[in-house]
Amino acid sequence: MSALVEARGLAAGYGGRPAIHDVTFAAGAGRTVAVLGPNGGGKTTLFRALVGELAPLAGSVRVAGRPAYVAQTERTRLDFPVSALDVAAMGALARSPWWLPVRGADRSAAAEALQRVGLEAEARTRFGALSGGQRQRVLLARALVQEAEVLILDEPFAGVDPASAERMDTLFAELRSEGRAIVVATHDVAAARDFDRVLCLNDRQVAFGEPARTLSRRVLEATYESEIVVLEEDDGPVRAVAVQHHEH
Amino acid sequence: MPDLVDFLLEPFRSGIGQRALAEVVLVAAIGGALGFWVLTFGLAYGAESLAHGLLPGLVAAALVGVPLLLGGLAGIAVAALLVWLAGRDERVGTDAATAVAVTGMLGLGGVLALAPDLPPRLGELLFGDPLSARAQDLAAAGGLVVLGGLALAALHRPLAAVAFDREAARSLGLGTGRVTIALLGLVAATLAVAVQGLGNLLVLAVLVAPPVAVRRHASTPARAMLGGGAVAVVAGVAGLYASYHLEIAAGASVALALCLAAGVGAALPPRGRRALARGRLRRAPG
Repeated sequence: MSALVEARGLAAGYGGRPAIHDVTFAAGAGRTVAVLGPNGGGKTTLFRALVGELAPLAGSVRVAGRPAYVAQTERTRLDFPVSALDVAAMGALARSPWWLPVRGADRSAAAEALQRVGLEAEARTRFGALSGGQRQRVLLARALVQEAEVLILDEPFAGVDPASAERMDTLFAELRSEGRAIVVATHDVAAARDFDRVLCLNDRQVAFGEPARTLSRRVLEATYESEIVVLEEDDGPVRAVAVQHHEH
Repeated sequence: MPDLVDFLLEPFRSGIGQRALAEVVLVAAIGGALGFWVLTFGLAYGAESLAHGLLPGLVAAALVGVPLLLGGLAGIAVAALLVWLAGRDERVGTDAATAVAVTGMLGLGGVLALAPDLPPRLGELLFGDPLSARAQDLAAAGGLVVLGGLALAALHRPLAAVAFDREAARSLGLGTGRVTIALLGLVAATLAVAVQGLGNLLVLAVLVAPPVAVRRHASTPARAMLGGGAVAVVAGVAGLYASYHLEIAAGASVALALCLAAGVGAALPPRGRRALARGRLRRAPG
Protein backbone atom coordinates (compact mmCIF):
# COMPACT_ATOMS: atom_id res chain seq x y z
CA MET A 1 0.00 0.00 0.00
CA SER A 2 1.54 3.34 -1.03
CA ALA A 3 1.65 6.17 1.47
CA LEU A 4 -0.65 9.16 1.11
CA VAL A 5 1.66 11.29 3.22
CA GLU A 6 5.36 10.66 3.67
CA ALA A 7 8.43 12.50 5.00
CA ARG A 8 11.99 11.20 4.61
CA GLY A 9 14.87 12.74 6.53
CA LEU A 10 12.92 15.98 6.62
CA ALA A 11 14.42 19.16 8.02
CA ALA A 12 12.34 22.35 7.96
CA GLY A 13 12.49 25.71 9.65
CA TYR A 14 12.70 29.45 9.28
CA GLY A 15 15.37 31.73 7.85
CA GLY A 16 17.46 28.76 6.79
CA ARG A 17 17.65 27.41 10.36
CA PRO A 18 15.95 24.05 10.90
CA ALA A 19 13.33 23.87 13.67
CA ILE A 20 12.92 20.13 13.08
CA HIS A 21 15.24 17.61 11.52
CA ASP A 22 15.57 13.90 10.77
CA VAL A 23 11.80 13.37 10.51
CA THR A 24 10.82 10.17 8.71
CA PHE A 25 7.29 8.80 8.78
CA ALA A 26 4.49 7.71 6.47
CA ALA A 27 0.74 7.10 6.57
CA GLY A 28 -1.26 5.16 4.02
CA ALA A 29 -4.96 5.20 3.17
CA GLY A 30 -7.20 4.85 6.21
CA ARG A 31 -4.33 5.35 8.65
CA THR A 32 -4.09 7.81 11.51
CA VAL A 33 -0.94 9.32 12.98
CA ALA A 34 -0.78 11.20 16.28
CA VAL A 35 2.03 13.74 16.54
CA LEU A 36 3.18 14.26 20.11
CA GLY A 37 5.61 16.86 21.33
CA PRO A 38 6.05 19.81 23.67
CA ASN A 39 5.07 23.35 22.74
CA GLY A 40 7.79 24.62 20.42
CA GLY A 41 8.82 21.05 19.69
CA GLY A 42 8.18 21.40 15.96
CA LYS A 43 4.65 20.07 15.41
CA THR A 44 3.42 23.21 13.66
CA THR A 45 6.65 23.45 11.66
CA LEU A 46 6.13 19.86 10.48
CA PHE A 47 2.56 20.68 9.45
CA ARG A 48 3.66 23.77 7.57
CA ALA A 49 6.10 21.63 5.66
CA LEU A 50 3.40 19.05 4.93
CA VAL A 51 1.00 21.66 3.50
CA GLY A 52 3.79 23.18 1.42
CA GLU A 53 4.10 26.45 3.31
CA LEU A 54 7.73 25.67 4.21
CA ALA A 55 10.12 24.15 1.70
CA PRO A 56 12.25 21.31 3.11
CA LEU A 57 15.76 22.38 4.11
CA ALA A 58 16.77 18.74 3.79
CA GLY A 59 15.05 15.49 2.93
CA SER A 60 11.69 15.29 1.22
CA VAL A 61 7.93 15.50 1.73
CA ARG A 62 5.32 13.81 -0.42
CA VAL A 63 1.59 14.28 0.00
CA ALA A 64 -1.12 12.85 -2.25
CA GLY A 65 -3.02 15.78 -3.70
CA ARG A 66 -3.48 18.90 -1.65
CA PRO A 67 -3.93 18.20 2.07
CA ALA A 68 -6.70 19.79 4.11
CA TYR A 69 -5.23 21.71 7.04
CA VAL A 70 -7.27 22.46 10.14
CA ALA A 71 -5.44 24.88 12.41
CA GLN A 72 -6.38 25.63 15.99
CA THR A 73 -9.54 27.72 15.96
CA GLU A 74 -7.91 30.60 17.83
CA ARG A 75 -5.69 31.14 14.81
CA THR A 76 -8.73 32.05 12.75
CA ARG A 77 -10.17 35.57 12.69
CA LEU A 78 -13.14 35.42 15.04
CA ASP A 79 -14.12 39.01 14.22
CA PHE A 80 -14.33 38.29 10.49
CA PRO A 81 -17.97 38.53 9.33
CA VAL A 82 -18.61 35.05 7.93
CA SER A 83 -21.19 32.40 8.74
CA ALA A 84 -20.49 28.72 9.41
CA LEU A 85 -21.77 27.97 5.90
CA ASP A 86 -19.42 30.55 4.36
CA VAL A 87 -16.45 28.98 6.14
CA ALA A 88 -17.38 25.45 5.06
CA ALA A 89 -17.84 26.67 1.47
CA MET A 90 -14.25 28.00 1.50
CA GLY A 91 -13.16 24.38 1.12
CA ALA A 92 -14.40 24.49 -2.48
CA LEU A 93 -11.57 26.89 -3.32
CA ALA A 94 -9.29 23.86 -3.48
CA ARG A 95 -11.19 22.38 -6.41
CA SER A 96 -12.70 25.30 -8.32
CA PRO A 97 -11.30 28.43 -10.00
CA TRP A 98 -10.61 31.08 -7.37
CA TRP A 99 -11.98 33.95 -9.46
CA LEU A 100 -15.50 32.49 -9.75
CA PRO A 101 -18.16 33.21 -7.12
CA VAL A 102 -19.34 30.41 -4.85
CA ARG A 103 -21.49 28.05 -6.94
CA GLY A 104 -24.76 26.48 -5.85
CA ALA A 105 -23.10 23.05 -5.84
CA ASP A 106 -20.41 24.37 -3.48
CA ARG A 107 -23.04 25.72 -1.11
CA SER A 108 -24.86 22.38 -1.20
CA ALA A 109 -21.60 20.56 -0.43
CA ALA A 110 -20.95 22.97 2.45
CA ALA A 111 -24.45 22.44 3.85
CA GLU A 112 -23.97 18.67 3.58
CA ALA A 113 -20.62 18.87 5.36
CA LEU A 114 -22.15 20.93 8.17
CA GLN A 115 -24.85 18.30 8.51
CA ARG A 116 -22.16 15.65 8.75
CA VAL A 117 -20.49 17.42 11.67
CA GLY A 118 -23.89 18.02 13.29
CA LEU A 119 -24.08 21.76 12.75
CA GLU A 120 -26.75 22.14 10.06
CA ALA A 121 -28.80 24.26 12.47
CA GLU A 122 -25.92 26.71 12.86
CA ALA A 123 -25.27 27.22 9.13
CA ARG A 124 -26.18 30.90 9.26
CA THR A 125 -24.59 31.59 12.64
CA ARG A 126 -21.57 33.86 12.60
CA PHE A 127 -18.41 31.77 13.01
CA GLY A 128 -17.10 33.91 15.88
CA ALA A 129 -20.34 33.41 17.81
CA LEU A 130 -19.98 29.60 17.92
CA SER A 131 -18.43 27.68 20.82
CA GLY A 132 -14.85 26.42 20.53
CA GLY A 133 -16.00 22.88 19.78
CA GLN A 134 -18.51 24.05 17.19
CA ARG A 135 -15.87 26.19 15.50
CA GLN A 136 -13.56 23.18 15.30
CA ARG A 137 -16.34 21.17 13.67
CA VAL A 138 -16.96 23.96 11.13
CA LEU A 139 -13.28 23.86 10.19
CA LEU A 140 -13.61 20.09 9.79
CA ALA A 141 -16.62 20.70 7.53
CA ARG A 142 -14.40 22.99 5.42
CA ALA A 143 -11.86 20.15 5.17
CA LEU A 144 -14.64 17.77 4.09
CA VAL A 145 -15.73 20.15 1.31
CA GLN A 146 -12.11 20.26 0.19
CA GLU A 147 -12.35 16.49 -0.49
CA ALA A 148 -8.68 15.98 0.41
CA GLU A 149 -7.17 12.53 0.76
CA VAL A 150 -4.95 13.75 3.61
CA LEU A 151 -6.22 15.70 6.62
CA ILE A 152 -3.78 17.50 8.91
CA LEU A 153 -5.22 18.75 12.18
CA ASP A 154 -3.43 20.87 14.77
CA GLU A 155 -4.72 19.98 18.25
CA PRO A 156 -8.36 19.57 17.20
CA PHE A 157 -9.46 18.43 20.65
CA ALA A 158 -7.97 21.34 22.60
CA GLY A 159 -10.72 23.17 24.47
CA VAL A 160 -13.46 21.13 22.80
CA ASP A 161 -16.64 20.18 24.68
CA PRO A 162 -17.37 16.43 25.13
CA ALA A 163 -20.24 16.44 22.61
CA SER A 164 -18.04 17.94 19.92
CA ALA A 165 -15.18 15.56 20.79
CA GLU A 166 -17.51 12.57 20.44
CA ARG A 167 -18.84 13.82 17.12
CA MET A 168 -15.29 14.35 15.86
CA ASP A 169 -14.24 10.86 16.94
CA THR A 170 -17.12 9.40 14.96
CA LEU A 171 -16.22 11.54 11.96
CA PHE A 172 -12.56 10.47 12.10
CA ALA A 173 -13.68 6.82 12.07
CA GLU A 174 -15.81 7.51 9.00
CA LEU A 175 -12.96 9.31 7.26
CA ARG A 176 -10.63 6.39 7.95
CA SER A 177 -13.13 3.97 6.46
CA GLU A 178 -13.28 6.22 3.37
CA GLY A 179 -9.53 5.69 2.95
CA ARG A 180 -8.26 9.08 4.04
CA ALA A 181 -5.04 9.54 5.99
CA ILE A 182 -5.29 11.68 9.12
CA VAL A 183 -2.37 13.35 10.91
CA VAL A 184 -3.25 14.94 14.24
CA ALA A 185 -1.11 16.97 16.63
CA THR A 186 -2.12 16.40 20.23
CA HIS A 187 -0.92 16.82 23.78
CA ASP A 188 -3.07 13.93 24.95
CA VAL A 189 -0.74 10.97 25.39
CA ALA A 190 -3.63 8.66 26.34
CA ALA A 191 -5.62 9.61 23.22
CA ALA A 192 -2.55 9.04 21.06
CA ARG A 193 -2.71 5.35 21.96
CA ASP A 194 -5.89 5.04 19.87
CA PHE A 195 -4.08 6.06 16.68
CA ASP A 196 -2.45 3.63 14.25
CA ARG A 197 0.94 5.30 14.63
CA VAL A 198 2.50 7.87 16.88
CA LEU A 199 5.23 10.32 15.92
CA CYS A 200 7.17 11.87 18.82
CA LEU A 201 8.88 15.18 18.04
CA ASN A 202 11.18 17.37 20.07
CA ASP A 203 13.09 19.43 17.51
CA ARG A 204 14.04 16.10 15.98
CA GLN A 205 12.17 12.83 15.58
CA VAL A 206 12.37 10.94 18.87
CA ALA A 207 10.34 7.93 17.74
CA PHE A 208 7.76 6.71 15.24
CA GLY A 209 5.75 3.52 15.36
CA GLU A 210 2.81 1.71 16.87
CA PRO A 211 1.75 3.44 20.08
CA ALA A 212 1.89 0.32 22.24
CA ARG A 213 5.50 -0.30 21.31
CA THR A 214 6.61 3.29 20.97
CA LEU A 215 5.28 5.18 23.99
CA SER A 216 7.79 4.01 26.57
CA ARG A 217 8.88 6.09 29.52
CA ARG A 218 12.23 6.74 27.81
CA VAL A 219 10.56 8.01 24.65
CA LEU A 220 8.10 10.20 26.55
CA GLU A 221 10.84 11.72 28.66
CA ALA A 222 12.96 12.39 25.59
CA THR A 223 9.94 13.95 23.89
CA TYR A 224 8.65 16.15 26.68
CA GLU A 225 11.71 16.46 28.95
CA SER A 226 10.49 18.41 32.00
CA GLU A 227 6.98 18.80 30.57
CA ILE A 228 5.99 15.19 31.27
CA VAL A 229 4.68 13.68 34.48
CA VAL A 230 4.80 9.89 34.64
CA LEU A 231 1.90 8.80 36.81
CA GLU A 232 2.38 5.09 36.84
CA GLU A 233 4.86 2.55 35.64
CA ASP A 234 4.17 -1.15 35.83
CA ASP A 235 4.18 -4.05 33.44
CA GLY A 236 1.43 -2.43 31.37
CA PRO A 237 1.64 0.67 29.23
CA VAL A 238 3.19 3.77 30.73
CA ARG A 239 0.61 6.32 31.87
CA ALA A 240 1.84 9.84 31.44
CA VAL A 241 0.49 13.36 31.33
CA ALA A 242 1.97 16.07 29.16
CA VAL A 243 1.97 19.39 30.97
CA GLN A 244 0.55 21.93 28.55
CA HIS A 245 1.71 25.50 28.42
CA HIS A 246 -0.60 27.07 25.88
CA GLU A 247 0.04 30.65 24.98
CA HIS A 248 -3.02 32.83 25.23
CA MET B 1 -38.47 74.71 -0.54
CA PRO B 2 -36.78 76.65 -3.37
CA ASP B 3 -34.09 77.56 -0.84
CA LEU B 4 -33.45 73.89 -0.13
CA VAL B 5 -33.33 73.06 -3.84
CA ASP B 6 -30.89 75.90 -4.39
CA PHE B 7 -28.83 74.74 -1.40
CA LEU B 8 -28.62 71.26 -2.90
CA LEU B 9 -28.11 72.15 -6.56
CA GLU B 10 -26.06 75.32 -6.39
CA PRO B 11 -22.67 73.65 -5.75
CA PHE B 12 -23.07 71.51 -8.86
CA ARG B 13 -24.44 73.96 -11.40
CA SER B 14 -21.00 74.70 -12.82
CA GLY B 15 -18.86 72.27 -14.78
CA ILE B 16 -16.23 72.47 -12.07
CA GLY B 17 -18.74 71.40 -9.43
CA GLN B 18 -20.11 68.60 -11.59
CA ARG B 19 -16.65 67.19 -12.31
CA ALA B 20 -15.75 67.43 -8.62
CA LEU B 21 -18.95 65.57 -7.74
CA ALA B 22 -18.22 62.82 -10.27
CA GLU B 23 -14.60 62.52 -9.11
CA VAL B 24 -15.53 62.25 -5.45
CA VAL B 25 -18.37 59.78 -6.05
CA LEU B 26 -16.22 57.49 -8.20
CA VAL B 27 -13.16 57.55 -5.95
CA ALA B 28 -15.26 57.20 -2.79
CA ALA B 29 -17.21 54.24 -4.16
CA ILE B 30 -14.11 52.16 -4.94
CA GLY B 31 -12.02 53.42 -2.01
CA GLY B 32 -14.77 52.78 0.53
CA ALA B 33 -15.29 49.24 -0.76
CA LEU B 34 -11.59 48.42 -0.99
CA GLY B 35 -10.98 49.86 2.46
CA PHE B 36 -12.67 46.90 4.16
CA TRP B 37 -9.87 44.63 2.97
CA VAL B 38 -7.20 47.21 3.81
CA LEU B 39 -8.31 47.20 7.43
CA THR B 40 -8.95 43.46 7.54
CA PHE B 41 -5.43 42.71 6.29
CA GLY B 42 -3.93 45.25 8.71
CA LEU B 43 -2.58 47.36 5.85
CA ALA B 44 -3.63 50.83 7.02
CA TYR B 45 -0.02 51.74 7.84
CA GLY B 46 1.19 50.20 4.60
CA ALA B 47 -1.39 52.18 2.62
CA GLU B 48 -0.40 55.39 4.39
CA SER B 49 3.23 54.67 3.58
CA LEU B 50 2.44 54.12 -0.09
CA ALA B 51 0.38 57.33 -0.14
CA HIS B 52 3.22 59.38 1.32
CA GLY B 53 5.86 57.58 -0.70
CA LEU B 54 4.34 58.64 -3.99
CA LEU B 55 4.96 62.37 -3.37
CA PRO B 56 8.29 62.58 -5.27
CA GLY B 57 6.64 60.88 -8.23
CA LEU B 58 3.82 63.43 -8.19
CA VAL B 59 6.18 66.38 -7.89
CA ALA B 60 8.45 65.00 -10.62
CA ALA B 61 5.42 64.54 -12.88
CA ALA B 62 4.37 68.15 -12.23
CA LEU B 63 7.93 69.31 -13.03
CA VAL B 64 8.25 67.29 -16.22
CA GLY B 65 4.69 67.93 -17.32
CA VAL B 66 3.45 64.33 -17.57
CA PRO B 67 0.13 63.16 -16.08
CA LEU B 68 0.19 63.07 -12.28
CA LEU B 69 -1.29 59.57 -12.40
CA LEU B 70 1.85 58.25 -14.07
CA GLY B 71 4.04 60.08 -11.58
CA GLY B 72 2.02 58.71 -8.66
CA LEU B 73 2.28 55.13 -9.91
CA ALA B 74 6.02 55.51 -10.46
CA GLY B 75 6.41 56.98 -6.96
CA ILE B 76 4.50 54.09 -5.41
CA ALA B 77 6.59 51.56 -7.32
CA VAL B 78 9.84 53.15 -6.10
CA ALA B 79 8.54 53.41 -2.50
CA ALA B 80 7.43 49.76 -2.52
CA LEU B 81 10.82 48.68 -3.91
CA LEU B 82 12.67 50.64 -1.22
CA VAL B 83 10.48 49.23 1.55
CA TRP B 84 11.05 45.71 0.21
CA LEU B 85 14.81 46.17 -0.09
CA ALA B 86 15.16 47.71 3.38
CA GLY B 87 12.83 45.12 4.92
CA ARG B 88 15.01 42.25 3.67
CA ASP B 89 17.57 43.16 6.33
CA GLU B 90 16.25 41.34 9.41
CA ARG B 91 18.27 43.66 11.68
CA VAL B 92 16.18 46.62 10.48
CA GLY B 93 12.68 45.11 10.58
CA THR B 94 9.75 45.86 8.31
CA ASP B 95 8.24 48.69 10.37
CA ALA B 96 11.49 50.61 10.70
CA ALA B 97 12.36 49.94 7.06
CA THR B 98 8.98 51.29 5.94
CA ALA B 99 9.30 54.38 8.13
CA VAL B 100 12.81 55.16 6.86
CA ALA B 101 11.94 54.55 3.20
CA VAL B 102 8.75 56.62 3.35
CA THR B 103 10.37 59.50 5.22
CA GLY B 104 13.15 59.46 2.67
CA MET B 105 10.62 59.61 -0.16
CA LEU B 106 8.79 62.50 1.53
CA GLY B 107 12.11 64.31 1.96
CA LEU B 108 12.93 63.78 -1.71
CA GLY B 109 9.47 65.06 -2.60
CA GLY B 110 10.12 68.17 -0.50
CA VAL B 111 13.46 68.81 -2.20
CA LEU B 112 11.87 68.50 -5.65
CA ALA B 113 8.93 70.65 -4.56
CA LEU B 114 11.29 73.51 -3.71
CA ALA B 115 12.63 73.57 -7.27
CA PRO B 116 12.09 77.01 -8.86
CA ASP B 117 10.46 75.50 -11.95
CA LEU B 118 7.64 73.80 -10.05
CA PRO B 119 4.19 74.91 -11.10
CA PRO B 120 2.25 76.46 -8.19
CA ARG B 121 0.53 73.18 -7.32
CA LEU B 122 2.38 71.88 -4.27
CA GLY B 123 -0.55 72.65 -1.98
CA GLU B 124 -2.82 70.80 -4.36
CA LEU B 125 -0.48 67.81 -4.39
CA LEU B 126 -0.36 67.70 -0.60
CA PHE B 127 -3.97 68.45 0.26
CA GLY B 128 -5.78 67.76 -3.02
CA ASP B 129 -8.50 69.64 -4.80
CA PRO B 130 -11.43 67.79 -6.35
CA LEU B 131 -12.51 71.07 -7.97
CA SER B 132 -9.52 70.82 -10.30
CA ALA B 133 -10.65 67.44 -11.71
CA ARG B 134 -10.40 67.31 -15.50
CA ALA B 135 -11.96 64.98 -18.04
CA GLN B 136 -8.92 62.70 -18.03
CA ASP B 137 -9.05 62.50 -14.22
CA LEU B 138 -12.67 61.37 -14.43
CA ALA B 139 -11.75 58.83 -17.08
CA ALA B 140 -9.04 57.44 -14.77
CA ALA B 141 -11.48 57.32 -11.83
CA GLY B 142 -14.14 55.66 -13.98
CA GLY B 143 -11.64 53.10 -15.25
CA LEU B 144 -10.56 52.42 -11.67
CA VAL B 145 -14.14 51.81 -10.58
CA VAL B 146 -14.77 49.35 -13.42
CA LEU B 147 -11.45 47.49 -13.31
CA GLY B 148 -11.08 47.73 -9.54
CA GLY B 149 -14.65 46.52 -9.06
CA LEU B 150 -14.03 43.54 -11.34
CA ALA B 151 -10.78 42.75 -9.52
CA LEU B 152 -12.50 42.94 -6.14
CA ALA B 153 -15.25 40.61 -7.36
CA ALA B 154 -12.70 38.12 -8.71
CA LEU B 155 -10.54 38.30 -5.59
CA HIS B 156 -13.43 38.09 -3.14
CA ARG B 157 -13.09 34.41 -2.22
CA PRO B 158 -9.27 34.38 -1.95
CA LEU B 159 -9.29 37.58 0.10
CA ALA B 160 -11.91 36.15 2.47
CA ALA B 161 -10.13 32.81 2.82
CA VAL B 162 -6.73 34.39 3.55
CA ALA B 163 -8.17 37.02 5.90
CA PHE B 164 -10.11 34.40 7.84
CA ASP B 165 -7.46 31.69 8.16
CA ARG B 166 -4.10 32.48 6.62
CA GLU B 167 -2.55 29.12 7.55
CA ALA B 168 -5.31 27.02 6.01
CA ALA B 169 -5.51 29.21 2.91
CA ARG B 170 -2.26 27.72 1.65
CA SER B 171 -3.74 24.22 1.80
CA LEU B 172 -6.66 25.52 -0.25
CA GLY B 173 -4.19 26.30 -3.03
CA LEU B 174 -3.94 30.04 -2.39
CA GLY B 175 -0.63 31.89 -2.39
CA THR B 176 -1.17 34.15 0.62
CA GLY B 177 1.66 36.43 -0.48
CA ARG B 178 0.24 36.74 -3.98
CA VAL B 179 -3.22 37.57 -2.62
CA THR B 180 -1.73 40.29 -0.41
CA ILE B 181 0.31 41.69 -3.30
CA ALA B 182 -2.80 41.77 -5.49
CA LEU B 183 -4.57 43.73 -2.74
CA LEU B 184 -1.63 46.12 -2.44
CA GLY B 185 -1.72 46.61 -6.21
CA LEU B 186 -5.36 47.64 -5.98
CA VAL B 187 -4.52 49.96 -3.10
CA ALA B 188 -1.67 51.52 -5.08
CA ALA B 189 -3.88 52.09 -8.13
CA THR B 190 -6.61 53.63 -5.98
CA LEU B 191 -4.15 55.92 -4.20
CA ALA B 192 -2.60 57.05 -7.48
CA VAL B 193 -6.02 58.02 -8.84
CA ALA B 194 -7.53 59.38 -5.61
CA VAL B 195 -4.48 61.45 -4.66
CA GLN B 196 -5.38 64.06 -7.26
CA GLY B 197 -8.67 64.80 -5.53
CA LEU B 198 -7.68 64.36 -1.92
CA GLY B 199 -3.97 65.03 -1.95
CA ASN B 200 -0.96 63.20 -0.69
CA LEU B 201 -1.66 63.76 2.99
CA LEU B 202 -5.43 63.20 3.04
CA VAL B 203 -5.98 60.42 0.51
CA LEU B 204 -5.79 57.71 3.14
CA ALA B 205 -9.12 58.94 4.53
CA VAL B 206 -11.04 57.47 1.60
CA LEU B 207 -9.55 54.04 2.24
CA VAL B 208 -9.58 53.82 6.01
CA ALA B 209 -12.46 55.96 7.30
CA PRO B 210 -15.40 54.21 5.54
CA PRO B 211 -14.57 50.69 6.78
CA VAL B 212 -14.07 52.03 10.29
CA ALA B 213 -17.63 53.41 10.03
CA VAL B 214 -19.27 50.17 8.85
CA ARG B 215 -17.10 47.28 9.97
CA ARG B 216 -18.85 46.68 13.29
CA HIS B 217 -22.26 46.72 11.63
CA ALA B 218 -21.76 44.46 8.60
CA SER B 219 -22.71 40.80 8.71
CA THR B 220 -20.74 39.77 5.60
CA PRO B 221 -17.66 41.05 3.77
CA ALA B 222 -19.83 41.95 0.76
CA ARG B 223 -22.11 44.08 2.93
CA ALA B 224 -19.10 45.72 4.57
CA MET B 225 -17.77 46.63 1.12
CA LEU B 226 -21.12 47.94 -0.16
CA GLY B 227 -21.69 49.80 3.10
CA GLY B 228 -18.19 51.27 3.01
CA GLY B 229 -18.68 52.47 -0.55
CA ALA B 230 -22.07 53.99 0.31
CA VAL B 231 -20.78 55.74 3.43
CA ALA B 232 -17.81 57.10 1.51
CA VAL B 233 -20.03 58.48 -1.28
CA VAL B 234 -22.45 60.13 1.17
CA ALA B 235 -19.62 61.58 3.27
CA GLY B 236 -17.73 62.70 0.18
CA VAL B 237 -20.75 64.55 -1.23
CA ALA B 238 -21.44 66.05 2.20
CA GLY B 239 -17.84 67.25 2.22
CA LEU B 240 -18.36 68.99 -1.12
CA TYR B 241 -21.49 70.72 0.20
CA ALA B 242 -19.58 71.85 3.28
CA SER B 243 -16.75 73.09 1.10
CA TYR B 244 -19.08 75.14 -1.09
CA HIS B 245 -21.35 76.61 1.55
CA LEU B 246 -18.68 77.19 4.22
CA GLU B 247 -16.07 78.24 1.65
CA ILE B 248 -13.40 75.84 2.88
CA ALA B 249 -10.89 73.73 0.92
CA ALA B 250 -12.69 70.93 -0.91
CA GLY B 251 -10.10 68.17 -0.43
CA ALA B 252 -9.76 68.79 3.28
CA SER B 253 -13.53 69.14 3.65
CA VAL B 254 -14.12 65.73 2.03
CA ALA B 255 -11.42 64.12 4.18
CA LEU B 256 -12.94 65.63 7.33
CA ALA B 257 -16.43 64.43 6.38
CA LEU B 258 -15.06 60.91 5.85
CA CYS B 259 -13.36 60.94 9.27
CA LEU B 260 -16.53 62.29 10.89
CA ALA B 261 -18.49 59.41 9.36
CA ALA B 262 -15.90 57.00 10.75
CA GLY B 263 -16.35 58.46 14.23
CA VAL B 264 -20.14 58.24 14.07
CA GLY B 265 -20.13 54.71 12.67
CA ALA B 266 -17.63 53.47 15.24
CA ALA B 267 -19.61 55.05 18.08
CA LEU B 268 -22.90 53.40 17.09
CA PRO B 269 -23.53 50.08 18.86
CA PRO B 270 -23.58 47.01 16.58
CA ARG B 271 -26.92 46.00 15.09
CA GLY B 272 -27.56 43.12 17.49
CA ARG B 273 -27.02 45.33 20.51
CA ARG B 274 -29.31 48.04 19.09
CA ALA B 275 -32.10 45.46 18.61
CA LEU B 276 -31.52 44.29 22.17
CA ALA B 277 -31.79 47.85 23.45
CA ARG B 278 -35.03 48.39 21.50
CA GLY B 279 -36.42 45.17 23.00
CA ARG B 280 -35.55 46.38 26.49
CA LEU B 281 -37.26 49.70 25.83
CA ARG B 282 -40.42 47.98 24.60
CA ARG B 283 -40.49 45.75 27.66
CA ALA B 284 -39.83 48.58 30.05
CA PRO B 285 -42.88 49.36 32.21
CA GLY B 286 -44.66 52.68 31.86
